[in-house]
Amino acid sequence: MSLLHIAIVLPFIAAVFIPFLFKGFRNIHTGWFVLLVPLALFIYFIQYLPVTSGGQTVSKTFEWIPSLGINFNAHVDGLGLLFALLITGIGSLVVLYSIYYLAKEKEALHNFYVYLLMFMGAMLGVVLSDNLIVLYMFWEFTSISSFLLIGYWYDKERSRYGAQKSMLITVFGGLSMLGGIVLLYIMSGTFSIQELISMSGSLMQDPMFIPAMLLILLGAFTKSAQFPFHVWLPDAMEAPTPVSAYLHSATMVKAGIYLVARMSPVFAESGIWLWLVAGFGLFTLFWGSFNAVKQTDLKGILAFSTISQLGLIMSLLGLGAAALHFDQLDENIYMGATIAAVFHLINHATFKGSLFMVAGIVDHETGTRDIRNLGGLVNLMPITFTIALIGTFSMAGLPPFNGFLSKEMFLLATLEILEFNLFSMDTWGILFPVIAWIASVFTFIYSIMLLFKTFLGKLQLDKLPKKPHEAPIGMLISPIVLGALVIVFGFFPNLLSNSMIKPAVEAILPSLVDSGQEVYVNIYFWHGFTPELFMTIGIVLFGTLLYATLGKWQGIYNRIPEQFTINGVYDRGLEKGESGSFKLTEGIMTGYMRTYLLYIFGFFVAILLSTLVVRDAFSIDTSNLAEIRIYEVILAVVMIASAITILFAKSRLTSIIALGAVGYSVALFFVFFRAPDLALTQLVIETVSVALFLLCFYHLPEISRKEERMGFRFGNAVISILVGITITLIAISAYSNSSVFESISQYHIDNVYKLAAGGNMVNVILVDFRGFDTLFEICVLGVAALGIYAMVHFRGVRRQKG
Amino acid sequence: MKKPNDVILQTVTTVISFIIILFSINLFFAGHYTPGGGFIGGLMTAAALVLLLLAYDVKTLNTILPFDYRMMTAAGLLIAVLTGAGALLFNQPFLTHAYDYFNLPLLGETSLHTAVLFDIGVYLVVIGVTMTIIQTIGESE
Repeated sequence: MSLLHIAIVLPFIAAVFIPFLFKGFRNIHTGWFVLLVPLALFIYFIQYLPVTSGGQTVSKTFEWIPSLGINFNAHVDGLGLLFALLITGIGSLVVLYSIYYLAKEKEALHNFYVYLLMFMGAMLGVVLSDNLIVLYMFWEFTSISSFLLIGYWYDKERSRYGAQKSMLITVFGGLSMLGGIVLLYIMSGTFSIQELISMSGSLMQDPMFIPAMLLILLGAFTKSAQFPFHVWLPDAMEAPTPVSAYLHSATMVKAGIYLVARMSPVFAESGIWLWLVAGFGLFTLFWGSFNAVKQTDLKGILAFSTISQLGLIMSLLGLGAAALHFDQLDENIYMGATIAAVFHLINHATFKGSLFMVAGIVDHETGTRDIRNLGGLVNLMPITFTIALIGTFSMAGLPPFNGFLSKEMFLLATLEILEFNLFSMDTWGILFPVIAWIASVFTFIYSIMLLFKTFLGKLQLDKLPKKPHEAPIGMLISPIVLGALVIVFGFFPNLLSNSMIKPAVEAILPSLVDSGQEVYVNIYFWHGFTPELFMTIGIVLFGTLLYATLGKWQGIYNRIPEQFTINGVYDRGLEKGESGSFKLTEGIMTGYMRTYLLYIFGFFVAILLSTLVVRDAFSIDTSNLAEIRIYEVILAVVMIASAITILFAKSRLTSIIALGAVGYSVALFFVFFRAPDLALTQLVIETVSVALFLLCFYHLPEISRKEERMGFRFGNAVISILVGITITLIAISAYSNSSVFESISQYHIDNVYKLAAGGNMVNVILVDFRGFDTLFEICVLGVAALGIYAMVHFRGVRRQKG
Repeated sequence: MKKPNDVILQTVTTVISFIIILFSINLFFAGHYTPGGGFIGGLMTAAALVLLLLAYDVKTLNTILPFDYRMMTAAGLLIAVLTGAGALLFNQPFLTHAYDYFNLPLLGETSLHTAVLFDIGVYLVVIGVTMTIIQTIGESE
């Protein structure tokens, strides 16, 4: 186990000690101890930066289940390191923020930090595992720890609802992903991502390639809250704000992005991948930004905004796949999309993290997150306002913040895809810039709304539960750091370009690097008067116009009825699923033995008859039949008559006697077919059982002793006749084929005296050749006797208790 | 209710039951060579006991034949299992039987077979089971 492995599992190890620290040092906020973990990890991972920016990767193997090919292979490349730095960096800031956000007296901090550290370790595991099964394990760890974190205030009903929802959706996706992983393993024989990438060309031909891709994408889309799986994210806002800032803006929701980026080299050659990832991403971008305008809750806006920005990154990753089809171009313009995706990923983590923290501060200091009650906080909370301004303007894509740069690159990428002439992109591709532009307008609107409605306008002191004031400095440090990064990355984007973006892009598009193309990352503000600049100007103009007239057109949101929203579908699906399965069980499990017998016999007939028909197994062969003798016929007629009497007798007594008649006839048959032992036994046993039947009859309660014929049910008649026919047909077929193998009875005949010193072959078989069966048959008899004894004698005891 | 006079039944039963038991013992011992054996022999013996039960009653039968039929079942199972296990002592598979001819006083040359021991187990179990069932049901109200 190398240092790298220890670094990945360090949060898990640390989590073990948290409860002891919480109990042992009640005066110190537990968060201070926790803070050391992500800080140490951040510093540790920074050391890898020179390695990855030099184009190198680091791989360390730890054997876990080598016989199944499941090993904990830690693999650090540009993409993994970028995520690892995000996780540990923002993790440190979030822990610092949470120290001031969560009071140490009131909250169950040991739970909080254990979950948070579990989550951090799981995320590190996801982004640094090369083995898909290990990745899946950590993936589910993120789902579980995020479930625990969302339900942190478990006494609130909404928290439990949100936690359950996110659990159901992300675990659904996770399991689909596992299916995809298994398919990939079947195709390639390896769980290693690097090995999969090296054989991606041959995988394309496999018929399971498309299913595997769809399943993996399902996992990524559910985790990253893509349409229509985005519904869990707004409800996950019931979590404490540090959790929302960490999980639902910077890290967990980017696990899906990571997976798409990571698997791009395997799948992205396919046109379906390009259309699915780009298409779903783009629609999510629009849908999220469109719905964000409708929200009144600060965190609600931010949740939908996160959905929309994730869609943006996702669509950029999809568009970046176009680059793979132009190996020969010297200057591959489509590579710009991937660069933009990575850049926006970083930008989004910075500004969205700070905005969530701002929302948390506003909530903490005013007691409400409802923008209808907020307003005019600018004078009371100037620092918070400044951070919010930086964050929202960056989110809206305004200069001079980093959001502007990535938004420009995004618009450029959507425009460039128009020149792409594969996969009918040249006809439908026009949708990309159009939708992207509309979505950006909405993004502008909600960003401005978020800022203006919270901090500008009239102060409504009477509507605020608390008297607002500026937050303590400790709470402000983290958003200030993130806000500062927004500006730094805005002004000096090339700080990132060679150290982080370039290695990440190389990891996403390795085939291009192999073919000798240089990933050239140079981000700068001024492009000249390019189309994307005019698009941005249009966004600002239209956005301002629409924001000014917001009251006039906001009514359209109420036009969409609740049932047609994805939430409505989810809720009703859950409800219908429960009531439906309840009804199904109620319908099938009637509690009546007769129904179950009907099922059993029905399936019996259906399966056997269909086998007989499908296999064409029915055969009839009269060659080995014996001659029919007259007394056999007579006896058969007697038996049939008795059997019919049993069915149609009016009195139960008649049925019992007729049953006895059948039994004695069987004994007679045994006589005719020369089985004296059977005949003897059958006679005595039939006598005993008829006596027992009579006993039962005698003890029937008066009320149900009414003499009446058995009721006729058509279904029962059909089933019983079919069962009879089935058995008869099978018996005839089996007998017709009985000459296939010779009987082994000759051995018994030959050896009954020689080996076993006996003359009665039946008895010799029973006690000697096959004595083992007899031993257990007498055990059965003993058990039956004891059972009857117990039932009769312990009846009273049970009645007293029950 | 007047107690019925069943002197004929009781007298006949006393005689008949011995004959039945003799017959059942015959069935049991003849089993290895002619039809019969432990199972049917046991049933016959039980039938004789049932006849006694019908003629007298449960209490009387218990005084005449103070058997615990559940113990009898257990003993039968034990004999059967031990017969099988005996073969293991001679390094043979479970339930391997052995036989040989012996010159016994009175009987002359006779074959003795361990399968008979196994059959005795079956015989006892069948009597025990049948009697347990009938007694249990008869005793319940």
